[in-house]
Amino acid sequence: MLTYTLRRLLIAIPTLLFISFVIFMLLDLAPGDPLADQPLTIPPEVREKMRAALGLDQPAWVRYLLWLKQFFWTEPLHTFDVMFGTSFAEGGQRIISWQFRSPAMDVIWQRLPQTLWVVGLAYVVGVIIALPIGIISAYRQYSWFDQIGTFVSMIGFSVPTFFTGVVLIIVFAVNLHWFPSIYDTTLKVTDWESFWKQVRQMIMPVTVLALFNASQISRFMRASMLDNLGQDYVRTARAKGMSEKVVVLKHVLRNSLIPVVTVIALGIPTIFGGAIITEQVFKVNGLGQLLITAIYANDLPMVQTLTFIFAALTVLFNLIADILYGVLDPRIRYD
Amino acid sequence: MLDRAERGHRKLVEIKGLKMYFPITAGIFRSKVGDVKAVDDVSFDIYEGETLGLVGESGCGKSTCGRVILRLYDPTDGSIRIDGVELSDADSGTLRKLRPTMQMVFQDPQASLNPRMTVAAIIGEPLDEHSRLSKAEKLDRIYELMDAVGLNRNFANRYPHEFSGGQRQRIGIARALALNPKFIVCDEPIAALDVSIQAQVVNLLEDLQDRLGLTYLFISHDLSMVRHIADRVAVMYLGRIVELAPRDALYDRPMHPYTQALLSAVPEPDPEIETERKRIILTGDVPSPANPPKGCNFCTRCPKVMEICHNVNPPFRELEPGRFAACHLYEDTDTTAGKTAAQEELTSIQQGV
Repeated sequence: MLTYTLRRLLIAIPTLLFISFVIFMLLDLAPGDPLADQPLTIPPEVREKMRAALGLDQPAWVRYLLWLKQFFWTEPLHTFDVMFGTSFAEGGQRIISWQFRSPAMDVIWQRLPQTLWVVGLAYVVGVIIALPIGIISAYRQYSWFDQIGTFVSMIGFSVPTFFTGVVLIIVFAVNLHWFPSIYDTTLKVTDWESFWKQVRQMIMPVTVLALFNASQISRFMRASMLDNLGQDYVRTARAKGMSEKVVVLKHVLRNSLIPVVTVIALGIPTIFGGAIITEQVFKVNGLGQLLITAIYANDLPMVQTLTFIFAALTVLFNLIADILYGVLDPRIRYD
Repeated sequence: MLDRAERGHRKLVEIKGLKMYFPITAGIFRSKVGDVKAVDDVSFDIYEGETLGLVGESGCGKSTCGRVILRLYDPTDGSIRIDGVELSDADSGTLRKLRPTMQMVFQDPQASLNPRMTVAAIIGEPLDEHSRLSKAEKLDRIYELMDAVGLNRNFANRYPHEFSGGQRQRIGIARALALNPKFIVCDEPIAALDVSIQAQVVNLLEDLQDRLGLTYLFISHDLSMVRHIADRVAVMYLGRIVELAPRDALYDRPMHPYTQALLSAVPEPDPEIETERKRIILTGDVPSPANPPKGCNFCTRCPKVMEICHNVNPPFRELEPGRFAACHLYEDTDTTAGKTAAQEELTSIQQGV
């Protein structure tokens, strides 16, 4: 298992380098000019100097190598400095976001908590709802519970979040005045009142995203349970005289969870990716919102850094899902 | 059968009029449109310590019959008594307490073992549920069972996929034996195994029967294997038992035309006899159990079919001591009884209409 993990991590290095190269070149080829929103009155030679100041006068491969150096050398050193009070990164150029005129990683660290709270909580809630629904739906296949569960998950699956989000805003914010329609990032939780305020503003975005996640995962859970309920070893367990609880929870559920757990693990990087649309609808300024504004502003270093972080997380959680499979299923061996 | 009764054998399993229909549903609302008559009015007894072979071609309801006897399905109708206890209407709680007496060895040794449990966990799980042994006693029992079926004790912590087919079937047998059952349904226990391994497993089953006084219902489509292991043999066709007789009598002198055809399909090892042998070739396919023919189930393919076969279902009755068959051919042996039975059947059909 350990050698397998190490080998996979080694393979991940060229994979990620290739991904970063592709992202960089795609962004470079994309139309758009980071100085496009500067006033047209700026003389051309000043404009050229501004371009040079952003490093845009260099050829693409030089800028790519510089980004690599900044991302893999200066930024980790800087983090190390902040953590241990050393000064290794002194004088090193960090990745600067063009729109914020400040280090991209600092902005990302500022935005991360909002995304993790809203999108992460929605994912956890979604999983917690989805698993029992999937289990009961499969165990009582074609019952009323299953029919309703199927119907609701089809809706959650097929109705886009920008629609459900707006519907919720109209019903609960505009008409009923129960929840605020805009997420207030500046709110600091200091006492019960502010905590309650935080809960109220999180309910709607979390509901929208949790519905979407839950419908996806409950379908997986149901299919996997149905697959295993019909297996011969379930009949064996019944013939042994095991109670129905043991049969379902020990024999069927444990075997059914193997694919579901990996699906859940594979979904985790999407939390960090933020929910671009839902964050926009509820004005949560998380990572998804950061990415979309960076794209609008032609903030290439920010887009490059964010996309690359998503790519790295995807590769990492792919590996974690594979390892989990090996841990959970004794038939799978990585030697 | 009579002489067995005289020898003081006790009926361990008594099946009367057992029916297992699976509903066929169709349409948006899954309304019931018919039944698959997997087991249709089957009656037989199994005596303590004997092996009853149950043979028949694929899809005739053998496995369903075995499973419904152990109440792994809920029977549509009929009575199942094992060791004097009526099972057909027992609820799941009562049934679970009765499981230790009756166990099953399944056909597919790969699929019937939970892939995520070790051998020790698989064999020991019934003990957790039905006994109050301490951990050490449980382990002793697991080792004892592994010894009994010829598995190396060192394999206790391995997973089923690490074993060969024959070894897996031994795990399945050890699992079935864990609670000292009296009655074991062997549902084609050797069908998924290599021929060389088949003999080992069958010998193991016979050996265990001698040592532990087990009673088997041995379901198989392998006629030669049934001849080897069974004391009596029941032949099934399309959900019904067509003939039930002591083994030698059945193999030497089959009475029902279907049994005759089935036995004639067994190849003869001697090539000279084989070339001259006249086989009874059945034409046509087995009718669908959802729509069995009127009258005798076998009337569509029977080489000796008569007029009456298409109208009246032949009763399953004792033709000679210990020999049962359901066929109109033998009605003249006991004309009056046959006629009344036929008439009863006829009236019951009319009543059904």
